[in-house]
Amino acid sequence: MSLATLTKDWAATSYGFLDASAKRELRRKMLKAIAVPGCQMPYASREVPMARGWGTGGLQATLTLVNPNSVIKVIDQGADDGVNAASIRRFISRVSGASETWDTLSATIVQSRHRVPEEIMREDQVLVLQVPNPEPLRGVEPNISIARQMHADADYGKLWLTLYEQIVRKGRIMQGASYPSMVNGRHVMTPSPIPRWDVPKLNMARHLTILSAGREKRLYAVPPYTRVEPLVFSDRPYLVEDHADLTCRRSGVSGFFMNELPQDGGGSVFEVSDSNLGIKAIDTAQGTPSEIGETWYRNGEFSA
Amino acid sequence: MSLDLGLPALERAAPRLMRAEPLLTMRDISKSFGNVRALRQVDATVYPGEVMGIVGESGSGKSTLLRMMNLEDTPDGGDYTLRLPGRENENLFDLARYERRMLCARHIGIVYQNPHLGLLMRHSSSGNVAERLLIAGERSFDVLRDKAREALDASEFPLDRMDARPIELSGGMQQRVQLAKAIALEPALLLLDEPTTGLDVSVQALVLDTLKRLQRDRQITMVLVSHDLGVIRTMADRVMVMRHGEVVEQGLADQVFQDPQHPYTQQLVHAKL
Repeated sequence: MSLATLTKDWAATSYGFLDASAKRELRRKMLKAIAVPGCQMPYASREVPMARGWGTGGLQATLTLVNPNSVIKVIDQGADDGVNAASIRRFISRVSGASETWDTLSATIVQSRHRVPEEIMREDQVLVLQVPNPEPLRGVEPNISIARQMHADADYGKLWLTLYEQIVRKGRIMQGASYPSMVNGRHVMTPSPIPRWDVPKLNMARHLTILSAGREKRLYAVPPYTRVEPLVFSDRPYLVEDHADLTCRRSGVSGFFMNELPQDGGGSVFEVSDSNLGIKAIDTAQGTPSEIGETWYRNGEFSA
Repeated sequence: MSLDLGLPALERAAPRLMRAEPLLTMRDISKSFGNVRALRQVDATVYPGEVMGIVGESGSGKSTLLRMMNLEDTPDGGDYTLRLPGRENENLFDLARYERRMLCARHIGIVYQNPHLGLLMRHSSSGNVAERLLIAGERSFDVLRDKAREALDASEFPLDRMDARPIELSGGMQQRVQLAKAIALEPALLLLDEPTTGLDVSVQALVLDTLKRLQRDRQITMVLVSHDLGVIRTMADRVMVMRHGEVVEQGLADQVFQDPQHPYTQQLVHAKL
């Protein structure tokens, strides 16, 4: 018996593009991140055929989780057909043999930029969020070493202070996307730039959420059934975007997060941001019934 | 008071400070920075409601001692206890980092000579006070606002400027913000590290006035570090004189200034006069 018979044949690439040691490191870091919800774990972000800052963190997490039976959905700002979403999805299926979908209900891994789907995700699904800036304290403490100490001390006074000052200066909290949220009562995380509308969806969610920042080389997670509480004052309620009464001009659905399209006359029209939800509604209206799963928001009210 | 009944007449008549249990006790504090011995077996006792003054020249160890009292630094050896409910016999230097930080935030207030050390210059003045309360767990915006206003008012800060950033304020105002921040949680112990050094004489008098009024109204226990004998003389009930990391003399303020025993104290008092 020679060594050659014991080793695998040479191959130009390894399964799922990343080499075995990279995937092993990522798996270990994911397990750590799940063990300490919301705590940022550093990892050696590898090269992938995409520029840093375009979703490399999410892509590496997805490539580690993927297997030939996976069904992949990739969302870019709610849409499945954006150039970035389409090429990431095609790349993943090409290197792993996984199948592609636009439908949240049939996906096993949902990689997303800036949105959480409107349909409720299940225990057997994983949400991978691309994160540009994983550090909620960056605005108040530019020094990473000190920020880490502040996380260890659970010293979030300065973070609360910025919210306090927003109310003092503007009369309301101005933080829109990436609203700082307390995970499991211990670590504050930035939930990636998802709108305030989406943050309650992560609280006690049935699915696992992995948040991964490729450029910043950090990864953190929200395990299933874990508390995610946006930082709010007890006498100033948490407000989501005022989209409950808006109606999508193409599909006619209402009560979901909308994209605003400014018009020539100075007005604007709205389209539902979760594009596949709109497509399903249009299909149903045109006579091809397409099942819309249970949604987190019903008639514009959060109800999960 | 039934407790007093068994005591001899003299003890019952003793002044309040003598009867009280000490609030702060430090024993055998030593600290070296390389070859420099900053503190050599320093003992300190502070009674509730009194103002303890610490005088000494630059490098005598008085600021180092104050940093220890604020738990910012640990000594090479020694004990530190504060009579706080539930912590009577605990050496505070043994506390874990997190507990130490929480204890500091809740029970110890400090005013630094340099406002940049004590204040967040890019945040509003009211926010600086509110941060203390936020660390202690207050989560109601209206309560935060009211308490911040109350503390700033108590330190005689003009309330129409409460949302200005400290960096836009004068030195005296910055010290008032620091003071408001320090007293916002009604600390058991207020530490003042040269609070009026660097202010001009009239502003210095105003700040000292505020401090005196606060002390009278709230009976806050204060430790005041200064190299300025005038400041110590107006404020302090008792004085500790430090030199080369040692306490050379301590006693009632009037006594020490009228009748200094140690040659160094004599020099100091004469230099002033």
